[in-house]
This record gives sequence, C-alpha cells and structure tokens, in this order.
Amino acid sequence: MGKRIGMEVSLMVSEAVKLADVDVIAAYPITPQTHIVEHLSELVADGHLNAEYICVESEHSAMSACAGSSAAGARTYTATSSQGLQLMSELLYVVSAMRMPIVMTVVNRTLSAPLSIWNDQSDIMANRDCGWIMIFAENGQESFDQTLCAFRIAEDRRVLLPVAVNMDGFILSHVIEPYQTVEEEIVEKFLPPFDPLYTLHPDRPVTMGAFAMPELFAETKMAHEIAIRDSYAVIREVWDHWGELTGRRYEPVEEYMTEGADTVFVTIGSYGELGMDVVDRLRAAGKKVGLVKIRLFRPFPYRDILNSLTKFENLLIVDRALSVGGVGGPLASEIKTALYRLEKRPNVFSFIAGLSGRDVPPEKFIEMYEEAMEGLKKNQWDEFTMVGVRQ
Amino acid sequence: MIDKYAVFVPNLTNRAENFTSGHRACQGCAEALAVRHVLKALGHDIVISNATGCMEIVSSPLPLTAWNVPWIHVTFENAGAVASGVAAGLKVLMRKGKIPEKRIVSVGMGGDGATTDIGLQALSGALERMHKDFLYVCFDNEAYMNTGIQRSSSTPYGAATTTSPAGKDSIGQHTWKKNMAAIAVAHDIPYVATACSSYPFDLQAKVIKAVESGGPAYLHVLSVCPTGWRIPSHLAIKYGRLAVETGVFPLYEVQDGKYRMTADIPKLRPVRDYLSGQGRFRHLTDTDIDIIQKRVTKEYDKLISLHKSNNG
Ligand SMILES: Cc1ncc(C[n+]2csc(CCOP(=O)(O)OP(=O)(O)O)c2C)c(N)n1
Ligand code: SF4
Ligand SMILES: [Mg+2]
Repeated sequence: MGKRIGMEVSLMVSEAVKLADVDVIAAYPITPQTHIVEHLSELVADGHLNAEYICVESEHSAMSACAGSSAAGARTYTATSSQGLQLMSELLYVVSAMRMPIVMTVVNRTLSAPLSIWNDQSDIMANRDCGWIMIFAENGQESFDQTLCAFRIAEDRRVLLPVAVNMDGFILSHVIEPYQTVEEEIVEKFLPPFDPLYTLHPDRPVTMGAFAMPELFAETKMAHEIAIRDSYAVIREVWDHWGELTGRRYEPVEEYMTEGADTVFVTIGSYGELGMDVVDRLRAAGKKVGLVKIRLFRPFPYRDILNSLTKFENLLIVDRALSVGGVGGPLASEIKTALYRLEKRPNVFSFIAGLSGRDVPPEKFIEMYEEAMEGLKKNQWDEFTMVGVRQ
Repeated sequence: MIDKYAVFVPNLTNRAENFTSGHRACQGCAEALAVRHVLKALGHDIVISNATGCMEIVSSPLPLTAWNVPWIHVTFENAGAVASGVAAGLKVLMRKGKIPEKRIVSVGMGGDGATTDIGLQALSGALERMHKDFLYVCFDNEAYMNTGIQRSSSTPYGAATTTSPAGKDSIGQHTWKKNMAAIAVAHDIPYVATACSSYPFDLQAKVIKAVESGGPAYLHVLSVCPTGWRIPSHLAIKYGRLAVETGVFPLYEVQDGKYRMTADIPKLRPVRDYLSGQGRFRHLTDTDIDIIQKRVTKEYDKLISLHKSNNG
C-alpha cells in the first residue's frame, strides 16, 4: 500500500491523471478547475508527465481538440467547470455518440447569471442527457480513485464512452484531505495501455463523424443507449477490481446506517460526507434515519435505486441544482421516475440546497428532516423546497 | 506548345483520387474540384478534419464515404481545434513510440462560414499555437451554401444572398469581403496563399509549398459555386479565371511574411466582365459597379506594392 499524506484534492486528481500516463490534455482554465490544469501543466513542464498539453483558446476548442486526439488514438483528458462545460455542451453530445473514451473532471460550479464561482451541480445537470458516463465523487480520495477508474471504464472495448467524474467545486477541489497514494505497479496492473478500435491514421483510413439520415439515425442512438446501459456491468467490474487492489470499494448506490431506518436522506456528491454526520446525530437522538448515496448517475442505476429505496417509507432527496420552471431537483425527479411503477411508493421530499455555494451546515439537514416530519403529520408538502431561501 | 504542356502536366500530378467520385456535390461544383486538387497534392499521409458544410455533407452520408484518407467531422466551428488535437495526438504517440515515426500532415478544412465566421477563433488558436505539419484550407464559395446561400463575412459587396437579398433598400451584401488571408498572415505563420481551382497547377504547387513550409500553413481557395452564384454549371472554371483576371480575387503567396503575386496578369480586365452573368450581382447598377471597381483596383495595387517591395 502507498503512503497516506495530506494533499489538496485538485492535486490528487492531477496525480491520478499523471499515473494514467495520459497522452494529450487540452484544457482551458476556469475557477474552480484551475488548480488541476495548473498542476498538470507543471507536471508536463518538469518532465514528470510525457504528454502534449494543448493550451486551447476556449472550452469549445478544448473538447474539439480532445475529439481529434482521442480519434488519433491518444489517451485524452480535460477538466472544466460551469460556463466552460456549457461552452463545451455542443461537443459533449458529439464525442459520446462518436464513442470517444475521453475522461473529464467536472469541478461542479453554478451557472451564470448572476455570475458566481461557487459550487452547485447546475453545470452537469444541464448536460445530463449528453450520453456520457457520469460519476459523482464524495471526497478527495474518491476523486482520485474515480479518475483512474474512469480511464479504465472509458477505454474498455465493451464501453468506449467518455466519462465525467464530478467533484464539488471548492468543497472538494480546494481542500486538503488525507490521501492514500497508489504505487505505479498497481496502476500498471489495473490500467492497460489504451488500445483503440479505430484511429485516424493513413495506414488504415477510416471516416469518422458521417451524417445520418432519418433511416439510420434512430439506430445509432439506440446503439449509444445500449452501450451506456451495458457499461453498468463493466463499471462494477472495474470498481471491484480497484477494490481488490486498494481495499477501497465503490458501489453505484451506497447505504449508510440504514438498518431499521424508516427515513433516509438521498444525496449525490460531497453531501454524502455531510449526510453521514447528520445521520449519526439523528440516530443519537433516537431517530430511525439513514443515508443513501448515489455515486453513479449515468447510466442511471435503476435497479440499485429500487432495491435500496423501496425499503424505506420516506425519502429526503437533496439536490444541488434546480430545473427552473420544471421538475425542481433533477435527482429527485429521476428517482421519482424510477419509483413510478411500484405499487407502494415511498414518500418523496425534494430539497434543493446549497445553490451557488450557500453554506449547508448539518443543522440544515436536520431542518429538512423536521420539515418532512411536519409535512407527514399534516399529510401535505410541496413538490420541492428551496432550503433556506429568503423570499 | 500549349497543347504539349496540357498533355504533359497532368501526368505529373498524383493519379490517386482520395476524394472519390460518387459524392453528391451539385453539377459543376468547383468547391468539390478544389478539394480534389488539394488532395492530389497532399498525397497519402494526411488526416483531414472537416467542418460541417457542403463538402462534409456531399461526401459522408452514413454508411458511405467519398474519402480514401482518414477523415473526421465533428462540428461546424471547430475544424481548427480538431485538427490541433489530431496533430498533438499523432505527435505524442510517435514520441512515446506507440506508433511508428512518419510525417503525417494534419489538415483542417472548412468553408468560408466555418473559417471566417463561426470557426475563426478555433482557427486563430490553432495558427497561434504553431502546430507542426499542420495545414488549414478554406474553401471559399462566398456564402453558407450548405444551408441555402446565406451571406457570410466572405460574401463580396453587392452580392445577393438569401439573408442579404437585394431590394429597394438593399444592395445585397453591404459589407466588403473579409480579408481572411491577411488575418492568417498576421499570425506570423510560415506560409499563407490564395488559390483557385480554375488554376489547378498553381493550387497544387501551393499545397506542396504549404506542407514543405513545416506549418502551420493557411490556404484560401476561391471555390466557384454555380448553385449559389446563380451561374450555369458549365461556367464555374471560367468564373474562377475571371475572378483572378479582373483582380477581384488575386492569387498570391506569403512566405515567411514576404508577399509574392503568383498569377501573371499584365493588365486587369474590368470587374464588369466578372460581375455580369452572375445572378447574385444582376441587380447592380453602373454606379455600384464603379464603386466595386475602385475598391478592387485599390486592394490590388496594395498587393502589387507589397509584391514589389518584398521582391525588389
Ligand atoms: C453551431 C452551428 N450553427 C449553424 C449550423 C448550420 N450550418 C451548417 S453548415 C452551415 C454553412 C456552411 O457554410 P460554409 O462554411 O461557407 O460551407 P459551404 O457549405 O458553403 O461549403 C451552417 C450555417 C451548424 N451546423 N452549427
Ligand atoms: S451548393 Fe455550391 S458548393 Fe455546395 S455542392 Fe452545390 S455547387 Fe458545390
Ligand atoms: Mg461557403
């Protein structure tokens, strides 16, 4: 096992990219992603990472250059946040449909306007249908682990899809956390060299990115859908292998203190850590409360979600994004969809908390719990609640 | 003499057709012809990154392709950036010994819309980064033809398009054609040239020079579009020559910053010869044509003086 040291999470992610021995990085700086790309630039400049770092002039070009290098057969990485992800949006759909195994860290940040550099998940949620595999890390170590796992998942011949590893901006990216290093020999065992199916090379000319008429388009979409759905098994396989090698095991959906619980918080991303703390407190006060953490968002793990959530009476789903004028919280909305066909459905309380980095201390979770219990008594509650908002 | 020349020269050009027949370009399309010549000159060891537009659409209906060389299309405004990624990918894979060393030219290509408007930023980034073995070719048919002849910043003054129609209060396009070659030159790259498929040997020679310069290099190729210019389909070559002979589209190259005129035109023909017969200009009055003549003469004289001072 490697050493355990303290490190800023952004640097852990860069170290993971270095360990993956990427060939090409094309990125454009944006807060709070900057520390990742700055550190990668340094690694390349100092000769610690043998990669081409393309200083593109925008995120649109970042993802476009990633498309070119990935198609040429290079292991390719980028990172972005917020407006940068939105500027890439057009390309996100293209590279996934073209089955390019690009790995991207999305350091989640709110979308303008008003301009705000702080954290929420409105950036990735605005792009949730772009056909990428989407993983949400809960803490620093996991941000590191998932980055390495992402390359292995993306490049697996049974998958060949881009992977976005999400980590909450500042809350994770800018804090120093304990970090267990991983030896290069372990990475070598875990992550084989990228062996693409087709590449752009004159020795074997191929045409990539042809257009489709209506007679073929739906079939290509269906193929994409099946590919991402089937990636689920590979993702589990990869996480299991990583668990064997490092002792750190990951599941698409994870439970904490759910024994005997009638009510659970459902979280995604770094709220998982906070949720555990809150559950400890509520349990100490004798409440039958647990926590369910969603790690895999695409492919959406319907079966795991049903297996877990149907055991409880009340779900308190905490989103970090708002679908304005629509369904409220995106995570809550998808979970409700998953529950629809059940005969007996748990009560769903949807909370939107922490928009643009608004502090969410444990007390806020406890307020959510109390509000839900109050609602249950009256048998009446809103479709969703914006936590702590002044009106 | 001319006859001998005409028989001999084609034998010297690459016989391989890497942009093959069977594509769906309109009859008489000189943009498709320009692509064909460029590919002949480029040879085998290239990768093409093509922007959305006529040439992409006519050549790549799934599951068919007209391309005998590696080719990728991603979106409309990013050919410069995709070609950058290809160049960087090939370079690092060779450096790391993952693919054999050999010179492969990364070629970005797009129409005037993809180049002078929506893709200008991505192209500027690519030229500024000084990628080696990198060439970008703009096939300029002076409008967004693929979407139905809308104006671009490369549409000439006075041309009627579907978004710059001529009318009681409109001359058609009311701005002057953007000087894209000058913008490329401003990036201080080793080679920039203008060309036209009506001058195929000049075009091919420039492609070869562009590649030999090491890159990045930029070629701006006037590509006559009978459909959009509203001319009979058999006159594309003639109108390309008229564009050059009237000075409307001068042929020149800029090697390491030095301008050189490349077509021998002892005396320019009047622009009227070029404008008349094109449906897109048919509403122009004598006064309009005078304005255009003045502008063309002025711009041409500028180039001539650059040529003279650089080759004095
Ligand atoms: C972002 C975006 N905006 C608009 C379009 C629509 N569009 C596709 S091709 C095209 C025009 C292409 O013009 P040009 O680059 O001059 O090439 P041509 O077809 O004339 O050869 C337009 C406007 C698009 N595909 N993507
Ligand atoms: S519209 Fe013009 S450029 Fe496009 S294929 Fe037809 S002739 Fe060629
Ligand atoms: Mg055009």
